[in-house]
Amino acid sequence: MDLYPLYNSLRIAAISAMIVFFAGIACAYYIAKLPRVLKGILDVLLTLPLVLPPTVVGYLLLLVLGPKRPVGSFFLESFDIRLTMRWWSAVFAVSVVVFPLMYRTARGAFEQFDENLADAGRTLGLRNSYIFWRIRIPYCKQGIIAGAVLSFARALGEYGATSMIAGYTPGKTATISTAVYQLWRTGNDELALKWVLINIAISAVVLLCVNLLERPQRRKG
Amino acid sequence: MLTVDIEKRLDRFTLKARFSCSGEPLALFGASGAGKSMTLKCIAGIEKPDRGYIELNGNVLFDSEKHINLPPQKRKVGYLFQDYALFPDMTVSQNIATGLTRYRGKEKTAKINEFISRFHLDGLESKRPATLSGGEKQRVALARIFASAPDVLLLDEPFSSLDSYLKLELLPYIKNIIKDFKGESILVTHNIDEVLYLCDHAAPINNGVIESTREATVFYNELQEQYKKAGISLPEYHL
Repeated sequence: MDLYPLYNSLRIAAISAMIVFFAGIACAYYIAKLPRVLKGILDVLLTLPLVLPPTVVGYLLLLVLGPKRPVGSFFLESFDIRLTMRWWSAVFAVSVVVFPLMYRTARGAFEQFDENLADAGRTLGLRNSYIFWRIRIPYCKQGIIAGAVLSFARALGEYGATSMIAGYTPGKTATISTAVYQLWRTGNDELALKWVLINIAISAVVLLCVNLLERPQRRKG
Repeated sequence: MLTVDIEKRLDRFTLKARFSCSGEPLALFGASGAGKSMTLKCIAGIEKPDRGYIELNGNVLFDSEKHINLPPQKRKVGYLFQDYALFPDMTVSQNIATGLTRYRGKEKTAKINEFISRFHLDGLESKRPATLSGGEKQRVALARIFASAPDVLLLDEPFSSLDSYLKLELLPYIKNIIKDFKGESILVTHNIDEVLYLCDHAAPINNGVIESTREATVFYNELQEQYKKAGISLPEYHL
């Protein structure tokens, strides 16, 4: 059995989860400080991929990254890099689809933060970056880690946008989800079932981690 | 010498604070929601007044006309929060260390130990705030503030979350701390006994307007008159 789809899925999910982790935290932190109207608009825009069909996200991405489209043709002509139909093309798709999960969990976690702690830190002369990394993030860590794990889990399962932007090339762009579809379509039910079971096992382990992380907090005051 | 002359629009009223203090502890006395904490937050730089001027020992902390607004980090103002605002993910020692950013290595460790013993926190060094009693939390918060070597001490209702027995124990302790402190101290409270015990001067605050500063005893007599009119007698204080 060729394990390439497992390897490819794991690296795409890991890279995407990493990107989304930092981008989601940064957006959650800075957007919370914006004026109300702007905040509302950005919030809708950034959450949209969560409710849109992944094929719509894939279509929109192809509009931008496709070889004849603005960004895509720029990269192709200037650097001879094709942005679609490579294994890492899936990273674009997965990151966009998964981003709202991290963004919203991080925002929820930040909203629980006791702002007095940041104010106390500032009057004590602590740098804002210190307050962010050593006080705010540790305080919100449970929510943030849960968001990251959930993003990773969702990233592993992304199919729609990935299939549009990276396609299915065995040994190149194949992921677990695209492999299952192709194997089933070509009548290879036995192998498809193996991948289904592998996928269920990984997802169950990840969700178990989320549950363990979301156990009641021990903190107060 | 601390001079405050600020205005800030709030939801229900406009805060107008105008007072100065030098050396002797001052009490800001008023009902909940009268703007006491907001005044302290403006002095500390946590909140920004709409207009006005704040000066500490000749340094301008805030001046709306000259667009000066020093960040809290540069104001050297120690702020004791009502709930103490200890960092929950740090131990007692680490909390105190956050006030000692200007020290490194061995010197820092020595300083931490100095503040641990000065504030009677021996044995609690590696405990987390959640496991401390109310009085212990307050001492950690004070140690952390004094570690940062402030020029002004702002006490935001320091006894409001303590029971009356503990308060009785801590009042003389706080009095000593204020007495030994070289800078300005301002106490926000709605308890007349705290004003009389801890402060020489008081400034009543009503709906955001701070009236002129007067001696604490004079203020007490005024308050007593008000109570008499309402048919209530205040307990006698012998000062």
